[in-house]
Amino acid sequence: MKAFLMHRDRDFDVEAPLPPNEEALTQDLELHTLFEAMAGGDNFLFDVARRAVLMSLGDPQWIGYRQHVLADSLEHPSVVRDIYTLALEAIEGERKVYFGLLSRSPDTILHRSVEVLQLFVGVLRRLRALADDHAAEFRSEGFTRFFAMLATELDDEYFRAVEAHLRELRFRAGVLISAELGRGNHGIHFTLRDQAGRRRTRRLSGRHRRPSYGFQIAERDESGYRALTELRGKGLNLVANALAQSTDHILSFFRMLRSELGFYVGCLNLHARLAEKGEPACFPVPLPHDGVALSFRSLYDVCLTLNLEPRVVGNDVDADDRRLVVITGANQGGKSTFLRSVGLAQLMMQCGMLVAAESFRANVCDGVFTHYKREEDPTMEKGKLDEELSRMSDIIDMIQPNSIVLCNESFASTNEREGSEIGRQVIRALVDSGMKILLVTHLFDLAQGFYGEGMNDALFLRAERRPDGTRTFRLIEGEPLPTSYGQDLYQRVLGGGPAAAAPAHRDAAL
Amino acid sequence: MTSSPPFPGILFHRTEGSVVLQSEEPAFFADLHLDQILAAMAQGREQYHVEPFFYTPVRDADAVRYRHEVLRDLEEPPVFELVEAFSRDMRAMRVYLARADKLRYRYQKERWFLDAVGVYCDAVASFAESLARLAVASRGLRGLRDYVASYSHSDAFASLAAETRRVQDDLADVAYSVHIKGNRVRVSTYQGEADYSAEVVETFAKFKQGAVKDYRVDFPALLEMNHVEAQVLDLVARLFPEVFRALDEFCARHQQYLDDTIRSFDREVQFYVAYLELIKPLQAAGLSFSYPHVSARSKDEEAAEAFDLSLAKKLAPARGAVVCNDFFLKGPERVLVVTGPNQGGKTTFARMFGQLHYLVSLGLPVPAAEARLFLPDRVFAHFEREEDIRTQRGKLEDELTRVRGILEGATGDSVVIMNESLASTTLNDALYLGGEVLKRILERDLLCVYVTFVDELASLSGATVSMVGTVSPDDPAVRTYKIVRKPADGLAYAAAIAGKHGLTYASVKRRIAS
Repeated sequence: MKAFLMHRDRDFDVEAPLPPNEEALTQDLELHTLFEAMAGGDNFLFDVARRAVLMSLGDPQWIGYRQHVLADSLEHPSVVRDIYTLALEAIEGERKVYFGLLSRSPDTILHRSVEVLQLFVGVLRRLRALADDHAAEFRSEGFTRFFAMLATELDDEYFRAVEAHLRELRFRAGVLISAELGRGNHGIHFTLRDQAGRRRTRRLSGRHRRPSYGFQIAERDESGYRALTELRGKGLNLVANALAQSTDHILSFFRMLRSELGFYVGCLNLHARLAEKGEPACFPVPLPHDGVALSFRSLYDVCLTLNLEPRVVGNDVDADDRRLVVITGANQGGKSTFLRSVGLAQLMMQCGMLVAAESFRANVCDGVFTHYKREEDPTMEKGKLDEELSRMSDIIDMIQPNSIVLCNESFASTNEREGSEIGRQVIRALVDSGMKILLVTHLFDLAQGFYGEGMNDALFLRAERRPDGTRTFRLIEGEPLPTSYGQDLYQRVLGGGPAAAAPAHRDAAL
Repeated sequence: MTSSPPFPGILFHRTEGSVVLQSEEPAFFADLHLDQILAAMAQGREQYHVEPFFYTPVRDADAVRYRHEVLRDLEEPPVFELVEAFSRDMRAMRVYLARADKLRYRYQKERWFLDAVGVYCDAVASFAESLARLAVASRGLRGLRDYVASYSHSDAFASLAAETRRVQDDLADVAYSVHIKGNRVRVSTYQGEADYSAEVVETFAKFKQGAVKDYRVDFPALLEMNHVEAQVLDLVARLFPEVFRALDEFCARHQQYLDDTIRSFDREVQFYVAYLELIKPLQAAGLSFSYPHVSARSKDEEAAEAFDLSLAKKLAPARGAVVCNDFFLKGPERVLVVTGPNQGGKTTFARMFGQLHYLVSLGLPVPAAEARLFLPDRVFAHFEREEDIRTQRGKLEDELTRVRGILEGATGDSVVIMNESLASTTLNDALYLGGEVLKRILERDLLCVYVTFVDELASLSGATVSMVGTVSPDDPAVRTYKIVRKPADGLAYAAAIAGKHGLTYASVKRRIAS
């Protein structure tokens, strides 16, 4: 029995290694804010969200499978949460059934397993009932299959058979064990035999009792009792193992169900937060990875909005067929936020989530990488340029063609000429290797250089700044400008006087 | 018992005038580090008690060749593996026999005995069959092959094997059931009831997810039976009386099943196996071993790339470089006089020379790429010792006493290793005593290595050959451990060391002047 709510044909792998650049991605895109919103204070949901978001799907069809399950969940949030709660109940119930730490014998293992199975059977019956009541309301392939599976696998006859076993396994009539002679004439191949079946055959055939010899352990023969318990244990060993493993299997079914539903519960949580604020969200359109597409309306930074009181500004961009997007312009003009919103949207789309935009479409990528300016290495083991270039080199080690790279102030840890020259070579090579690059840069030489080449697969965006120096936090298409208005910032923070005059003059000079 | 051809054994080429195995470690073993080498070989082979084979040299060249032939066969991997497999089986058999001997309950003892015989029969049969298919050239292994072939085809062996198999099969067919309820146990024959665990597994199969933990409790496989098991076994015997009667009779009849020649081979072949296993990692590390040309008459000797086996054994695992040395003696030459800097490899050289000659007399390949060696009757070693307070004599006197013992024991066919002997005195005394002892050695025509700090001894006569430990030409503090044939020149080394530290005459003058 499989939940298969995350993938059409396989489990959601909660053990799979995260991408090697997981740490940088999490830091640069502030993913923790996203995970926390999905978790709603629950550590387990946090972890599920983290895994789902970081383990991107590579095929628009797989993404569509999750989008449909999510659409069902958005329509019937309470049923989804109820199933989630049932799974949780089974998992926590199992944990409470005492398991003696010492002297684990087949007898104690068997005893505990029977008890746990009783508990599971109860939960499974309720799960079946839920399926009976609500299956018809769900439309997605994932949920339809899931409910149908519960109906066929867990029919009434099956529950009767299981309960019959659970009764038999208390062994009121003693245990019957077969064996053969092994090395040194020790008994081997101890096998528990079906006595219920034996009783039936004997009744039917009316056969004579076979020859048998017996003995009794004397009242005070303690070592005899121990030996007998061991013999019985050898007979029960396999069935105890089988039963304990079955409880583990059922437990892992519940665990898997919890993990997979956990993702959708996380999506419900996030959606509730955005809806509360009136922020838009949409099902993105994932396109096959052989094209180059990126266009959206009102794309905003979901992490920023989760941390701010007012709604945040969205951007509209049409960058289909563009492999290089160069973003220049004013400090604090929304460049980093924009870059992050694209990275977040890409990751959220590729795990089947809603995207924080009015509309969003993009080709799926084989990897999302970030190369951000970092604080100086506190250990001072490496120089700044050395450090950032080694990170870039690490990315080159990991990257596959058709990945997206988000560069924020890369190559800025040296002077502009050197940085631009290194940057030109690296970016050019990445673009020519089939990557999609979004580059936020202050390096005018670098940005202008690309602009001057008249590349038709490049797009140049600029953080908008009104003539009076105020920012709109929107990006507009436009040629790179030779300043980033640092003076504005300087003026505002340290200058004290009206800041408009000097920058306006500079603009005029262009 | 059988009409097999006579087989003298794998170690000796003839039975008549058979060799008496020595049980005492020879006096020179520790000095030549042969004790360490033997200890390494004997480790894990305690049950074979191989030491006497290594304490007992052979005296004639044909006996040496007999062993070389066997070893060359054994160096073929299929032959070696076959012998190893046979030894493994025989060890397993002895483990079973020990259990049969030690255990208390009758049917347990009898079963181990039966299975020991089973292992033996299988081992002999498969050994005979494989041996017949292998190409072996040595007299030793051909003799063994013929013997084992005839033994394994004998009626007595065939019927032993058949009976063993029959009793084993009957026991394997025994299937019984135990019913346990409370403190009551009933034993009966198994009636084909279904496997209940399998039914349970089947019922829950639909939940199978990934790999899960194994909950089977590990019941320690004790050799001894407890009395409940023994009682059950007794009742099983009552349920299957013919099977267990056959077992009783088998054990009563076959106590003397083991063939003496097979038993001896199993032990003796360990002499070869032990040595081949000892040298295998050294060969893998690039060191060469060779079968020496052996003569019991000619004292013309030559060895190329020879090394100290005990040192190599220490260094090879650490991939340390083992320094090899060459030497030769021709015409009247008998004594290698070794001089040179301390820690320069002189003792190692002396030890190597001794090892080579003793290994020759054991009929084993020697640690050298090539060697032509005299087959000595005995090896003597005189190494400098700590003073022995029990003897009440001075060190020098003690040493001279030991030298006298050696000279009395040595025949013209002996090899003597003298290492820094008679050094605990003045140079004049050392020169005199050394000269006298060396003259006696030369008179006896003994082969000898004589390590000394007295340069003059190196040119005592035409029978002495001077060999010198050398240092690196670039840095005189670095020893090369190469011992080369050249005139003794102790001053050359001192000059080099002085040069390095700027303490030659010229440099001291220059330094003072500047």
